[in-house]
Amino acid sequence: MDLDNQTTIKQLVDAHGMENLVVVLGMNGEGVRIAAETVTSGDPSWAGPLAGVSLGLPVYHILEEQVRTKLPADLYAEKVQLMEMVLDVGQIENTLAELRRNQAKRG
Amino acid sequence: MVPVLRAAVNTLVHVPDLVRYGSKPFREAAQPGSFLADLKARLRPFGEVAAYPPHQAFIGNLKPEALADIPSPWHGHPLPGASHQGPFGEILDQGTFYSLLEKADQFGLLMLDPGWSPPANGASAAARALMGAAGKRGAREEILKRIESGEALPLEDRGALIGCVRRDHEEDESLAARVLLENMAAKASGAHALRLLLEKAHLPAREVDYILSCSEEAIGDRYNRGGGNLAKAIGEMAGCPNAAGVDIKAFCAAPVYALVHAAALVQAGVVRNAVVVGGGSLAKLGMKSHRHIEKQMPVLEDVLGGVAFWVGPDDGASPRLNLELAGRHPSGRPSTPQGVLEALVCEPLARAGRKLRDIDKYAVELHNPEVTLPAGAGDVPLTNYRTLAALAAMRGEIAREEIPAFIRSHGMPGFAPTQGHIPAGVPYLGHALAAMRAGTMKSAMVVAKGSLFLGRMTQQADGASIVVES
Amino acid sequence: MFEGKKVIALGERDGVPGPVLAECLQAAGSEVVYQTTACFV
Repeated sequence: MDLDNQTTIKQLVDAHGMENLVVVLGMNGEGVRIAAETVTSGDPSWAGPLAGVSLGLPVYHILEEQVRTKLPADLYAEKVQLMEMVLDVGQIENTLAELRRNQAKRG
Repeated sequence: MVPVLRAAVNTLVHVPDLVRYGSKPFREAAQPGSFLADLKARLRPFGEVAAYPPHQAFIGNLKPEALADIPSPWHGHPLPGASHQGPFGEILDQGTFYSLLEKADQFGLLMLDPGWSPPANGASAAARALMGAAGKRGAREEILKRIESGEALPLEDRGALIGCVRRDHEEDESLAARVLLENMAAKASGAHALRLLLEKAHLPAREVDYILSCSEEAIGDRYNRGGGNLAKAIGEMAGCPNAAGVDIKAFCAAPVYALVHAAALVQAGVVRNAVVVGGGSLAKLGMKSHRHIEKQMPVLEDVLGGVAFWVGPDDGASPRLNLELAGRHPSGRPSTPQGVLEALVCEPLARAGRKLRDIDKYAVELHNPEVTLPAGAGDVPLTNYRTLAALAAMRGEIAREEIPAFIRSHGMPGFAPTQGHIPAGVPYLGHALAAMRAGTMKSAMVVAKGSLFLGRMTQQADGASIVVES
Repeated sequence: MFEGKKVIALGERDGVPGPVLAECLQAAGSEVVYQTTACFV
């Protein structure tokens, strides 16, 4: 993830506290894994300010069922829904499910 | 006057020793660690760069669709007997390019070692036409002194110091050494693409009336960072004495905007022959190099790209640039992939009573996926084709299960270097021209996007499209 | 899930962009404290 984004996220955690924050993603493929790992177990490339920093933030993707059902249906249909046919929703769900399993194991 | 696309050219310049001056490598190298040494160990020799299948597709020796039949990784499957010259492009080597940089420099910014000379037989006819007498050469001690003082950056050829490029003002950021090197690289590679266009199309240089540069560099000074008009500098260097020009700035969508403007100027009779030219982006070299190094791959972003297009009045043989089908993304529209592609593709087609499948090929941002995938940046053309196909399905123009077939027949694998504006659909125009002249294709739509939000003046995305048809 | 939470929205140009994530999540009752759109090329 972009190093400037990592700096900002670190500052937001300091300002608002981990327990109040949620991360929601909108990207595809490998980008989802990189972003999700960065805000949970730390920057996987070990290059940015979140390298080795386990923030453990809750992280979701907007196309996950548990997220999209919480959003206003008309807004979702107008601006997001088409991307269900474009992004690999199965892969996104698997990536995040695996990440959550690993997080739970680390407890 | 019906505007037609008379000719298209794509060029690459292999500059392994300039990768370190790309924005990302330059920042990485400033950190403690072994980045620069790791980078150098993963740079490719010219032969490998020339035989790399996406590059062969870029200069026209291979159809883009044929890349799908080459096993992955493409860098492990060089094309046997590949030439660095193709029907509508060529690949220059670094030594020749340094000579072009020397010619591009009118202010003594570049200082090469008197002992250095360009390779005797590497230069093509187009490059030779641009090379002049050697510029101001500096004594070795002077070059070293300038580098030591921090006013100049070292220039290397195959790892050996051969000169330096200096700043032209101590405090003006726009005239810093690296900025000037970026600007000169865009100028020299743009002039090379234009010169090759003139030769391939047998267009006399004096018949070029107007040049639109879609290069990414802004050119300016401290009072005016994006003052511009690289177009005129490129035209002068390429020897077009009757050409004025202007720069079109629109992030990565600029080449398509430039084609629309060129076609409009020709259609309106303002000029007879307009040329669109884009020089390479030095800042984007090695953008994903840290990931390539991590994955023990060659550093694939080691080439500058160049494009040039001749837009002229109807010659009875060339395909038309159909301005009625030009698409744009107004600021009141959503900046989503759907909002952008509806504005650029669906609406112009609907105005003409056409469907998405009526266009033979769509040329979207044709970034080479082998560069982006290892960096977690996805397969950009494939994602865009999926969005297009999903739109066609949503509009009931194709069935949902026809999406993969739509992508296969109307799309193509990405084959362009990740040079920002260069992949913006336009590298396909050389292939489209060849297919239309052979009678195997009727229409192609070029669709480019621009990420305006990166400049922090708006949250908007942008884009432009145009149709070429026989 | 989002009611009363502070959200960091990380979008992508060719996926779901940051401003769209933010609009949806605000409508779902959260406060978006940061949104950004990545352009990977």
